[in-house]
Amino acid sequence: MAIPPSISGQAAVPKAASGFPSPAEDYTESGLDLNQLLVHNKSATFFLRVQGDSMTGAGIHDGDILVVDRSIAPFDRAVVVAVVDGELTVKRLKLRPGAAELHAENPGCAPIRLREGQEFDIWGVVTSAVHAVK
Amino acid sequence: MNTFALVDVNNFYVSCERVFNPALEGKPVVVLSNNDGCVVARSAEVKALGIPMAEPWFKVKDFARKHGIVAYSSNYALYADLSNRVMAVLADFSPRQEVYSIDECFLDLEGIPGDHTRIAQAIRQRIRQWVGVPVCVGIAPTKTLAKLANHVAKKRAQYQSVCNFNSLSPDELGELLDGIAVGEVWGVGHKLNAHLEGGGIHTARQLRDFDIQRLRSRFGVGMERMVRELRGISCLETTDVAPPKQQITSSCSFGRYVTELHELEQAVTSYMSRAAEKLRRQRSVAATVYVYIRTNPHRAGEPQHSHGITLALPAPTCDTIRLVEAALHGLRQIYREGFRYQKAGVTLAHIGPAGIGQGELFGEQPMPQATPSRLMSTLDEINLRMGHGTLRLASEGAKQDWKMKRGNMSPAYTTNWNELRVVRI
Repeated sequence: MAIPPSISGQAAVPKAASGFPSPAEDYTESGLDLNQLLVHNKSATFFLRVQGDSMTGAGIHDGDILVVDRSIAPFDRAVVVAVVDGELTVKRLKLRPGAAELHAENPGCAPIRLREGQEFDIWGVVTSAVHAVK
Repeated sequence: MNTFALVDVNNFYVSCERVFNPALEGKPVVVLSNNDGCVVARSAEVKALGIPMAEPWFKVKDFARKHGIVAYSSNYALYADLSNRVMAVLADFSPRQEVYSIDECFLDLEGIPGDHTRIAQAIRQRIRQWVGVPVCVGIAPTKTLAKLANHVAKKRAQYQSVCNFNSLSPDELGELLDGIAVGEVWGVGHKLNAHLEGGGIHTARQLRDFDIQRLRSRFGVGMERMVRELRGISCLETTDVAPPKQQITSSCSFGRYVTELHELEQAVTSYMSRAAEKLRRQRSVAATVYVYIRTNPHRAGEPQHSHGITLALPAPTCDTIRLVEAALHGLRQIYREGFRYQKAGVTLAHIGPAGIGQGELFGEQPMPQATPSRLMSTLDEINLRMGHGTLRLASEGAKQDWKMKRGNMSPAYTTNWNELRVVRI
């Protein structure tokens, strides 16, 4: 189909304004970028998808995307991704003198009780949960 | 004195898989090449079981099953992303960085204050914590020695993954070099190795201490340079390094300084076209593309920018259009305004033979990427004459995804929103 001459070509390109330059020109800034808000260390940040309800008390719901920053040293009361028996999980870290515990945050969920000698590693510290509102 | 560090990720592909599947820690794991053809990465447990590198998978499949070896298909999207993270972390430790391959990087530590062994331990810890993969570091006055130091760091547990030749006495260093087979020296291939062994040179130390004139008259100046490097005299500049086999590099210094992105795009397009031509000439396909740009490091006082990025292709290809697209995509990510660029280059890596078998089912069909088709040659010409935009228009028809067999590929955890690692909590 031939395009009518009236809407072809440069019509789509706004013409540069002649006359005085816009006073706002010197102050144009790029739009807000969520990466800037959520990702502080790109090399160390990973996204994980949550399945389950054991951390709703921390604002983490089934289906959320977690922003995990591995460069942050685990601290008391941090929400962490931990490796227990080779499996990844998300829990509240509690550092007690000489011991560390992982706690769920849902009244309906039993806290993780580590058996004697059972160990866990911290995979990363959760900094945000991206939750789609339905 | 020069000081180079060679940082190298242990069993890189396997280590990448383990980041997202910690249950694989301590288990025997292999990663297979394109089309699940050969073993291209082995965990320490697999090495201990005696499976050699590059072993055809079908040969060891039954053995692997019996020993519970977990096999993954190559997940280049994941490996390229984690590689870029490793390189970005390393860039913080030295302004002079040379990415040598997807899992190896030279850092020039000359003039970097502090104990270099300690810095190397910090590098190791940071990459392990931030990215999740283990690395070894070798430090020495030359690149060739840094490679050997890295070898020692890897093989000898007492060095705790970091070996600094500069902190050893001459006797200690000599003893270490005596324990390294001459074939481990950078640049000594199978053929040369046989010649050297035949001439009674079995260890790195023997090569280092051999009469340099005789070596040169027999093997040429390349050999002389190698021996000088072993003696601690740096002969290889940051950019002089011959890339490892299985790679095609095309790069060039510019006739003048280049500042604009569109000029760099033209350069990268033309380099990539050349590399793609070579690739097609040897009837191969590549799975990853590396692109880099840099300013002139010898112009002290000028603002410096040097950066490279590895990209995984959706499927291995020799198609100029796809390769150029990937390279330009990478270039736009690493380009910074306000610098005078002196050099750009591209490297095609993870090269393998073009897919075979499937095309023959239909009789006459030639294998599209194995033969330098007229379309490709024509496109190369157009590409050179008119720029990359022209090429992109034609790129739709060259799908080759059907070639790939990836029986057990892990998800693209870090590059696809639909494939994020799921955590059951």
